[in-house]
Amino acid sequence: MSESVFLAETDLAARGVPSRYPAWLDVLQSATGLFLALFMWGHMFFVASILLGKTAMWSITRLFEGYFFLGASYPRLVSGVAACVFLVFVAHALLAARKFPLSYRQYRVMRAHTRAMRHEDSTLWMWQIYTGFSLFFLASAHLYQMLVWPQNIGPYASSDRIWSDGLWPFYLLMLLAVELHGGIGLYRLCVKWGWPRLSRGLLKKLKWALTAFFLTLGILTLAAYMKIGYEHRLNYGERYHPDTLPQWLLPFAPSGEFSDPPALPPAAEGKEA
Amino acid sequence: MSRQVIFNILRYNPQLPNVTPHLQRYLLEAADGMTLFIALNEIREHQDATLQFDFVCRAGICGSCAMLINGRPRLACRTLVADLPDENTLAPLPFFELIGDLSVNTGKWMRGMSERLSVWLHAQEMEVDTRRIEERMDAETAEAVYELDRCVECGCCVAACGTARMRPDFVGAVGLGKIARFRADPRDMREDADFYELIGDDTGVFGCMSLLACHDVCPKTLPLQTQIAFLRRKMAAQTIKSAGKKTSLR
Repeated sequence: MSESVFLAETDLAARGVPSRYPAWLDVLQSATGLFLALFMWGHMFFVASILLGKTAMWSITRLFEGYFFLGASYPRLVSGVAACVFLVFVAHALLAARKFPLSYRQYRVMRAHTRAMRHEDSTLWMWQIYTGFSLFFLASAHLYQMLVWPQNIGPYASSDRIWSDGLWPFYLLMLLAVELHGGIGLYRLCVKWGWPRLSRGLLKKLKWALTAFFLTLGILTLAAYMKIGYEHRLNYGERYHPDTLPQWLLPFAPSGEFSDPPALPPAAEGKEA
Repeated sequence: MSRQVIFNILRYNPQLPNVTPHLQRYLLEAADGMTLFIALNEIREHQDATLQFDFVCRAGICGSCAMLINGRPRLACRTLVADLPDENTLAPLPFFELIGDLSVNTGKWMRGMSERLSVWLHAQEMEVDTRRIEERMDAETAEAVYELDRCVECGCCVAACGTARMRPDFVGAVGLGKIARFRADPRDMREDADFYELIGDDTGVFGCMSLLACHDVCPKTLPLQTQIAFLRRKMAAQTIKSAGKKTSLR
């Protein structure tokens, strides 16, 4: 075995020069958290497209499947994105787990501390622990589903999953956990690194405003899927396909799918004439 | 009309381990301008001579009278009884070694922390020539150093720190604040690589979870949040800058 193994095993490595790892772990924890929080907000907007109508949501889905620029739908592209997010998520979970209370003693001390202190930022940290812990399971299940069955995303497919497959309580829990965790996390990133240079009071207000906005948007969106799923329950499994697309989107759709330029047989007539 | 205030004070003397820790109730008539420090002296003088608590300066300079006032660390001498509710709970600062009742040994921990972080001036010249005029420091720098030098080591920031409570080897805001103080001092010859050796791990700046209770309870209103964030950026930059180079850092 190498010298470094024995130095580490006997704790004598610490007598030498300091390790770079703590800095990298800290930076990566923040970076992965930032990526996930921003992804989650973007994701919320895409999912919320159902509030603009089934065709809007269908178009967004197809966009990410490459339909509008590759000429056909490739749900595997969504799997690819899910796989990347999954990797970042696992990295973030591993890095953030270092900060969890890892024994009952630590947990009890922290709980008593936050209760006695009645200090908002300390209490919010406990919420980050609770929501973060629940996301180990909720986000993993969701990401796995998107990784393996990316084709089951769409106005009817998603609604069937939420209503007929009975997953709406799962999504409700995940919505609460992810919005609280991401919102508190972004606020903490700002105060942790001191950027942007806004006052903590203002940052806190922004944080709550954003959390309220995304929670409202999320609940409305979930309700919309539940309603569509309920109305579609007798046709479970059927996929949505719009009759037509907005005029501006038509040129991007693969030829022959929506626009029917063959509606110009008159050209042939012209020739005859 | 005078106001009656109740103080439930946590009593425990480690010298008398048979007496279990308990809250003892004291009733006191509040007087004009009375601080909690004066109230405690009244209680000790007229009600219970065995009550232990610390004080020296009475004016928020020595940092001795820090205690948990209704769950939050504060200085007794900077707390007006008029601002307190009718019933209060007083307890010793957690984290530090308990001497008895409200008295804790912050000095012991502070000394250990100071030695561990070498928070004293590391000047280039070891021998000071007292006949020579000291080098001038511009007013802005002196102000920045003085701002951080106002720390009285009362221990409030450490007692309020969730990180330190869970992980007692954490250096706390007081330790990080002192590093920031010497980093700001142009007479100190140490560079970021040297400071990284002292605070570049999870017991130092990267252990801070930014709960910021330190900042919110500091009786001297030190800018702890911005200083810790500043150190975090500098220490992270130190590592990232040296990443490409072949250095002795592992």
